[in-house]
Amino acid sequence: MKNKISLTVNNIQYSLDPIPGETLADLLRNRLRLTGTKIGCGEAECGACTVLVDGEPIMSCIYPAERADGKNITTIEGLAQRVHEVMKLHPLQEAFVEHGAVQCGFCIPGQIMTAYALLKRNPNPNSDEIRFALKDTLCRCAGYPTIENAIIAAAESLRTGEPVKLPNIPDSIHTHNVVGHTHLRPDAIEKVTGDAIYTDDLVFDGMLYAKARRAMVPHAILKKLDITKAKALKGVVAVLTADDIPGEHNHGLVIFDWPTMIGIGERVRYVGDALAIVAAESQQIAEQASALIEAEFDLQPVITNPVQARQAGQPQLHPNGNLLKHIKVRKGDMDKGFAEADVILEHTFHTPITDHAFLEPECSIAVPVKPDRSSGDLSGFRLEIYVGSQIPYQDKTQVARVMGWDESRVRVVGQLMGGGFGGKEDVMGQIHSAMLANVTGRPVKLLFDRHESLLVHPKRHATQIRVKIGAKKNGRIVACESELYGDTGAYASLGEKVMTRATTHSAGPYDIKHVRADCYAMYTNNPPAGAFRGFGVTQSAFAVESMMDMLAEKLNIEPVELRRMNALHVGSITNTGQELKESVGLTECIDRVEGEMLKVSGLSKVELFKPRVTLDTPHLVRSWGFAAAYKNTGLGGGAPDISGADVELYEDGTFQVRSSSAEMGQGLVSVMRMIVAEEMSVAPDKVRVLVMDTDLTPNGGPTTASRQTYVTGNASRYAAKTLRDEITGSMAEKYDVKPEQIKFKDGIVHVNGTSLTYADVYKEMKGMGKNPCVRYEYEAPKTQPLGTGGDMHFAFSFGVQAAEVEVNTQTGEVRVLKVIAANDVGMAVNPLGLRGQVEGGVMMGLGNALTEEFIMDNGYVVTDHLARYRVPGIMLTPEITAIIVEHPTAEGPYGAKGVGEICSIPTTPAITNAIYNAVGVRIDKTPVDQEMIAREIWEREGK
Amino acid sequence: MNLWQNFIRPKNLSEAMDAFARAARPLVPIAGGTDLMLDLEQGRHEPVQTLLDVTSIAEMTLLEVRGNELFIGAAVPVNRISLDPLIATHAQALAEAAALIAGPQVRNVATLGGNVAHALPAADGTIALTALNAEAEIAGITGTHRIPFQELFLGPGKSSLKHGEELLVGFHLPLTNNHQASCFKRIMRPQGVALPIINCAVWLERENDKVNQIRIAVGPGASTPWRAAEAEKFLAGKSMNDETINAALEILLAQIGFRSSARRASADYRRHIVDGLFRDVIQSAWERAVLTLKL
Ligand SMILES: Cc1cc2nc3c(=O)[nH]c(=O)nc-3n(C[C@H](O)[C@H](O)[C@H](O)COP(=O)(O)OP(=O)(O)OC[C@H]3O[C@@H](n4cnc5c(N)ncnc54)[C@H](O)[C@@H]3O)c2cc1C
Ligand code: FES
Ligand code: FES
Repeated sequence: MKNKISLTVNNIQYSLDPIPGETLADLLRNRLRLTGTKIGCGEAECGACTVLVDGEPIMSCIYPAERADGKNITTIEGLAQRVHEVMKLHPLQEAFVEHGAVQCGFCIPGQIMTAYALLKRNPNPNSDEIRFALKDTLCRCAGYPTIENAIIAAAESLRTGEPVKLPNIPDSIHTHNVVGHTHLRPDAIEKVTGDAIYTDDLVFDGMLYAKARRAMVPHAILKKLDITKAKALKGVVAVLTADDIPGEHNHGLVIFDWPTMIGIGERVRYVGDALAIVAAESQQIAEQASALIEAEFDLQPVITNPVQARQAGQPQLHPNGNLLKHIKVRKGDMDKGFAEADVILEHTFHTPITDHAFLEPECSIAVPVKPDRSSGDLSGFRLEIYVGSQIPYQDKTQVARVMGWDESRVRVVGQLMGGGFGGKEDVMGQIHSAMLANVTGRPVKLLFDRHESLLVHPKRHATQIRVKIGAKKNGRIVACESELYGDTGAYASLGEKVMTRATTHSAGPYDIKHVRADCYAMYTNNPPAGAFRGFGVTQSAFAVESMMDMLAEKLNIEPVELRRMNALHVGSITNTGQELKESVGLTECIDRVEGEMLKVSGLSKVELFKPRVTLDTPHLVRSWGFAAAYKNTGLGGGAPDISGADVELYEDGTFQVRSSSAEMGQGLVSVMRMIVAEEMSVAPDKVRVLVMDTDLTPNGGPTTASRQTYVTGNASRYAAKTLRDEITGSMAEKYDVKPEQIKFKDGIVHVNGTSLTYADVYKEMKGMGKNPCVRYEYEAPKTQPLGTGGDMHFAFSFGVQAAEVEVNTQTGEVRVLKVIAANDVGMAVNPLGLRGQVEGGVMMGLGNALTEEFIMDNGYVVTDHLARYRVPGIMLTPEITAIIVEHPTAEGPYGAKGVGEICSIPTTPAITNAIYNAVGVRIDKTPVDQEMIAREIWEREGK
Repeated sequence: MNLWQNFIRPKNLSEAMDAFARAARPLVPIAGGTDLMLDLEQGRHEPVQTLLDVTSIAEMTLLEVRGNELFIGAAVPVNRISLDPLIATHAQALAEAAALIAGPQVRNVATLGGNVAHALPAADGTIALTALNAEAEIAGITGTHRIPFQELFLGPGKSSLKHGEELLVGFHLPLTNNHQASCFKRIMRPQGVALPIINCAVWLERENDKVNQIRIAVGPGASTPWRAAEAEKFLAGKSMNDETINAALEILLAQIGFRSSARRASADYRRHIVDGLFRDVIQSAWERAVLTLKL
């Protein structure tokens, strides 16, 4: 028998010794260091690991390496070709870049390889063929329509030899020189060639691999922990328990209630609690060792939902009990409100836990760095933490706190992130890898597999929401009362903030006189719940927008009309007592979605929301549904909302803009680059962007609450403006001209007849002893805490969506055919990036409506693999029409406000309302259960 | 622990049988690995000493007509099955089932043999083969033999193959003659644990408006791949019309053992939706048979 694996990879031959148990993905990534092939799941579900074997796409994560013997392998790194020392992208790669199909980039190698194999076989595929080929290649950023268009464009270019056709994306109506025009991501090229480095792609000399032993029981007191067997295993370098925590035991984003590890006699609150951590010479040994750690528990009764958590006689999970927060919204007088109402409706809704399922599982690497003793620094090492995190500065604080160190000893070096969506705000492995690096003095990588990722990281809150709504006969809503229960799981994370947003938005984007909302954010024994795109509003919008349609039916008023009549407008007072003074594009969103719906369907206003069938398929019923929403931009509620940015001019005349804000695929780096280019009057490619490094970039605050375009956009803008003013001042002084005589145009500084390049300017300023570098700390307009009646938020985005569905009355199956989405984003800084956000937002909303449910069973996780969590793929993608509405907000950069979340919020109720309109089944619990639809229909029809 | 120690790639059946006799145990055959690798990686299957790769065995990757039979090697990837013209002619139901399994990356390696050997009562390829009256060819150290397809199954996840001693070599299918056709369809549920909740394959021979012979498979109709034997008997020789289909459905429903599976479908729901599915499949096969009718 042969004992070598001979294979050809990207035209290079290798002969390698077999390693027992090795997959092709491991061989490519670890031995050949071809890290463009990504691991999103390791279970043949996501397609990120797709490579070609003899021209056919396969999932390399489950392909035994030895089977590749004698085979010809092509990976993403093999597509671009070197032509005269320059890399020439393959048309597919080019098209993905030009069309903006690249967001976080993690799925892109898999998408491109799958598409590449398709085009080899079928040079002119139609939409169905593309969808069939990409069926199981998931993109959580979900720019599926754009991916499809990019493939069509690449196919055409390959057939004709012509350059790749560019997409047609309208500019903002408020364009400037740079902002408002379509702009390519600075990181897109490296993401299509496979060169982009994510945390798990890094290796360091002497690196160890870590694994945490998880409790795997939902509620218990830890009685005993035996680590002797693990310690004795060959290759294990360190095993640490709670006794080894040097500083504070708990971490957290707002409340420090999350134990780094559970100590003996302490309480386990969910299956993902860590009991011990291991560092070993290989991943496999670390895993084996963690499995050898024996724990004994005193099992406790489990709290499975927030309603139970609030009942009397339940175990109390935290020192202050099970109530994280009772959140209250009060406006007007409810008795009066309901007394005025002609019609009162009340209904209760339920939403499940859902998972971000970002394609890149969590990974962090802690690297000890020796102090520079020559500088007199006699402290121990510093730790550099390489991680894709949404809040680098918080990671730093939390690590230092548990290490018992001064924060200056920790540096977080942010890496490209394969998606976040709110799920990478809490620390996951960062503290554990830091502790292990500290005791071993070696770099330590802690990589979650998909299983651990699903088990451990915070989710979207499951909720129960009761809404009672009262309206006049003419449709004016006079009162809305809601009661929410939010399942914040074992630890607080951002639970209080999320449920506050759910509560303040629970009466919808409407002008209502009398509003009352009570929310109970409760601890349970489920995985913690925290931030997730939509931030609580996803759940409450589903409830209230369903109610709106129920009310419309009861009052016999068009659903669109009912919303228009009650819509927030300039001058309205929100439920928390804030007067809206500007930038309320809700009515325009409503009008434009309605107009588009009428146009594409060719139906009348009345017909839109009625069931429609064709003669030969009477069991397939179609109809439209409609929903509206709003979402705050920024932290709000009195929290200072601050972001810092540096802008620096370099010797070669280029600029760098820096902020620790996170790029997780959403496109912030493009926005920062465009803004600085705009302000400095240079081409965007003259501006480099550095983000997420706590040594090198100023604190941009958390990347959450759709805030970064606004706050870090403004910080970049003001830093650039200030630099420009400094340059003006210096040149005025130097050339003895009035500042007004200095003009910036097309990358040149015109000083009264003299034209200076920025390289000249740099020289001049240096010569004057000036450093052309500015730091600007931007603070957004002050907000007021909930309950004080002041301005709780500095801006709101508005969104309206319509969905057309087709329901199969025999099986209850639901297909979404079309979604029309209008979003008031203030101003479209980068229309290309915006489109990706909208497509992805709609798909995430569609998943929330139809497929996604993180299933628990009495505190145990059923959804412990990706195979048990349905992320919508390209096959479920409807035709998505994005309408951008731009009602600028004065303080926002060029008028922009947030977009990341609003585009995802109205999708679910638009779909469920459409289902009702089609078949008369009211969905009050997500995800939609086709069996329940079928059952209601057959019971109704008495079958 | 490594998930496996040795990965062996026998070139033909006799090398494979040699390996059965000699290689370190536990020994498990691996085809595409789309079930087995996951079982190993997720700890549902103990690590093994030897993985015996069946995809390198020449006899098992053949797909050809032999006399009046179609032979499909157990190690033929389902993607090839979904595209092969021989399958399209003689086993439409199988082509349709194979095209529905997973995405192309999985289909390129997943095999029909693996789909069958996994022994699930509603695996798509398995249900198609059930209706196509296949025979399975099995190789063991003592030689090869053929058994009727359904005798491969003992219970959910349990095949009658002797573990580590026998290989499923392939399947023999009668060739499709004129006026014969087959069809496969399934219904999915996209939430939570996504698996087909019900599938159905029908093979029939038609004579004008009369059903000569018919075979109906429904998954999961029992703990092993199930055929609606009573309904088949009833339909044979009957004219095809709504009345006979209604009656056949009633018989099928009386006989079938639908169960409720947590988070997938209740028995009730299955009983309800099998109605439309069955009509749909039988109708398609019926229409196809007219196309192959020699006039
Ligand atoms: C993402 C995904 C989607 C899927 N979707 C579907 C679907 O839609 N429908 C469906 O039916 N299935 C589906 N499957 C299941 C699976 O892919 C199929 O059942 C597949 O056909 C199994 O074949 P394999 O070659 O990969 O088997 P393997 O995993 O290699 O083997 C499976 C079992 O059979 C044994 N075995 C394999 N070949 C032989 C042989 N020749 N002789 C004896 N024993 C043998 C192995 O020892 C093992 O126990 C899906 C799987 C994945 C990962
Ligand atoms: S399919 Fe291989 S990593 Fe997800
Ligand atoms: S770009 Fe596809 S997962 Fe992010």
